[in-house]
Amino acid sequence: MKKLLLSLGMVLLLAACASGVKLNDVPVEDKSGSKVSVAPDPVMPAPVSASSANEAKSTVVPVDSAASTNLSAGPAGNVAKVIFFDYDSYVVKSEFQATIEAHAQFLKANPRAKVSLEGHTDERGGREYNLALGQKRADAVRQSLSLLGVQESQVESVSFGKEKPAVQGADESAFAKNRRAEFFYR
Amino acid sequence: MTSFFSSLGMVLLAFACAMPAHADFRVEISGVGVTQIPIAMANFRGEDNAPQKITQIVAADLERSGQFRSTPAGMVIDEVSRPDFGPIRQKPADALLTGSISRMADGRFDVRFRLWDAVKGEDMGGQSYVVVPADLRLVSHRIADQVYEKLTGDKGIFSTRIAYITKQGPKHLLWVADADGENPQAALTSQEPIISPSWSPSGNELAYVSFESRKPVVYVHDIASGKRRVLANFKGSNSAPAWSPDGKSLAITLSRDGGSQLFLINSKGGDPKRLTQSNGIDTEPVFSSDGSAIYFVSDRGGSPQIYRTPAMGGPVQRVTFTGNYNISPSLSPDGRWLAFISRVGGAYKLHVMDLISDKVVALTDTNADERPTFAPNGKLIMYSTQSQGREALMTTTLDGKIRARLAGQNSNMREPHWGPFLNP
Repeated sequence: MKKLLLSLGMVLLLAACASGVKLNDVPVEDKSGSKVSVAPDPVMPAPVSASSANEAKSTVVPVDSAASTNLSAGPAGNVAKVIFFDYDSYVVKSEFQATIEAHAQFLKANPRAKVSLEGHTDERGGREYNLALGQKRADAVRQSLSLLGVQESQVESVSFGKEKPAVQGADESAFAKNRRAEFFYR
Repeated sequence: MTSFFSSLGMVLLAFACAMPAHADFRVEISGVGVTQIPIAMANFRGEDNAPQKITQIVAADLERSGQFRSTPAGMVIDEVSRPDFGPIRQKPADALLTGSISRMADGRFDVRFRLWDAVKGEDMGGQSYVVVPADLRLVSHRIADQVYEKLTGDKGIFSTRIAYITKQGPKHLLWVADADGENPQAALTSQEPIISPSWSPSGNELAYVSFESRKPVVYVHDIASGKRRVLANFKGSNSAPAWSPDGKSLAITLSRDGGSQLFLINSKGGDPKRLTQSNGIDTEPVFSSDGSAIYFVSDRGGSPQIYRTPAMGGPVQRVTFTGNYNISPSLSPDGRWLAFISRVGGAYKLHVMDLISDKVVALTDTNADERPTFAPNGKLIMYSTQSQGREALMTTTLDGKIRARLAGQNSNMREPHWGPFLNP
C-alpha cells in the first residue's frame, strides 16, 4: 500500500506539472525577439519537466525519438496505467483525474495511438453481470477521456468482468486491487 | 461442505454404499417428506467382464433425479427369465430392473434390459441395443431414461449432454460431457477465459464468450466438426449469448452503442437489432421456451433485478421484487419456474420462483452459487458452487431436497449449461 501511495504521489506530482504548463504550446523564441512558432510534432508525447516553465525562453523542447515512435507504450514517464474503483462504484475518483489527463494528453498529441480501456471487478457475484459492471468502469474512463477531447476512434472500452483478477484472494484488500480499469495501448 | 452437513438435521449419504467406485459422486437427501420410488437392480448378466458397469450408471442416474431409491436385487437374473417377486417386494421395492450385456464377434456389445412391476408382477417392457464399447455409457443413460419414463411418466434426461468450463492452472477449457458429468470431451482449450456456453436447440452447436483476442467476443462452435465462427465482435464487449428456441437467432449483450444492452442477431451473423433501451445494464437474456418472451437482468431500477420483455420488442415488466441482487435467470421448459441467483446477506444462493404464485424459495445453503440451468424435462436444476475450496457442479431438485455433486475432474468446474433432448 505504501508503494502504491508513493507511486500515486509521483503520478500526481508529474501530472500537476503537466497541467500547469502547456508544453505543446511552448514557443521557441530567437534572440532578435521576433516570434517563431514551432508546430508541435503530432506524434510527440509532451515531455514533462518541472523546470521547463522557467527555461522556456532560452531552451528547446527536448524530443525523445524512441518515445515518439512507440505508441503502444503509452505516455512516457511514470503515468499510471491502472485506476481503482470503490466497492459497487463506477465513478472515476478525483485522485485519478491527473492520470486520466496525462493519458488524454498523450492520445490527443498522438492521434494514431489507440488504447483499450479494460474494466475489471472483484470476484463476488455472477460472471456475466460482473462483465457488465466492468464495462461500466471502462465506459466511465472512456467518457472522462472524451470530455478531455480524446477522439472516440482512439478508444475502445471492454470488460473482463471478474475473469482476470490482478491478485488472488477473497478479502477486501484483494477485492480493492481487482476493482479496476486498465489502459492497454495497442 | 462442512457447513452444509452441520446445518442439516439429517443428511443421508444414500449413495455411499451403492457406489463405492465413484468416490466423487454423492447424493445428499435433506428434509422429510421425500417420496421416492424404490427400485431393485439386478446386476446385468455379463457385466463383470464389460467395460462399463451398466447397473451402477443406471442406479446413479435414478438416484440423482431424486425420485428413486435403488437397492441391489440380491439375485442373479437376466431379462429373459421371470423373477420371483417375493424377495423384491420385501426389500421393499416396487420395481425390478434386469438385463444382460454380451460381447459380439465384431467387438460391439449387445445390451438388453427388462423392467418389472414388482407389486403387480407385470412386465413393463424392455429393449435391446447394439453399440460400440465407447457408447456403453450412453446406452446405460438411455436405459435409465426408459426406466424413469416408464415409472414417472416424464421424459428422462440422463442421455442428454452438458457443457461447462474448467480452469486448470493457466488453461481454460470448454467441455461437453454426459449429464452426470462423466465422459468429458474438450471442445476448446484456451489460455484466456471462456464463459457463458449456450447450447443451440439442435444440440449441435455451442455459443460462448471467449477472451482469446483480449476482449469478450461471441463464437458459435460446431461440436462434431470443431469448426467455429465469430458471431459478434463489435466495438466494446460482446457477451451473454442465448439461442431462440427455433435456433434462427440469438439474444446477446453488446456495449457497442454505449452501456451493456440487449440485441438480437441472426445465428449466421449479420447486423444486430437492438432490443432494449435503458441507461443502465441490460444483460443475461434467456428466451421462454415458446420464444415469445425474453427474461433478462437489468439495473434500471437501481439494483440488478430480473425483467421480462416480448421477444419482438415491447413493454418491459419487472419479475423479481425480493432482495437487491437477482441475476442469472433460467426458465423451466414449461415456463412455470424461474431459477436465479439472489444475494442474501452477502451470500449468493440459488433460488427458484413459481411464476404462477410469485413465491420464491431458496434451494441451497452454499454461499457462491452461480449460473443455474434447467434440465430439458424441467425436473432438475444444475448450477456451480464453491465446495471444499473448489468450484463444483451440482444438481438439485426444484424443492432443494435432493442435491448431487457431479463427478469432477481435479479442477474448477463452472458455467454449466444443460443441453436439449437428443433424438436417439
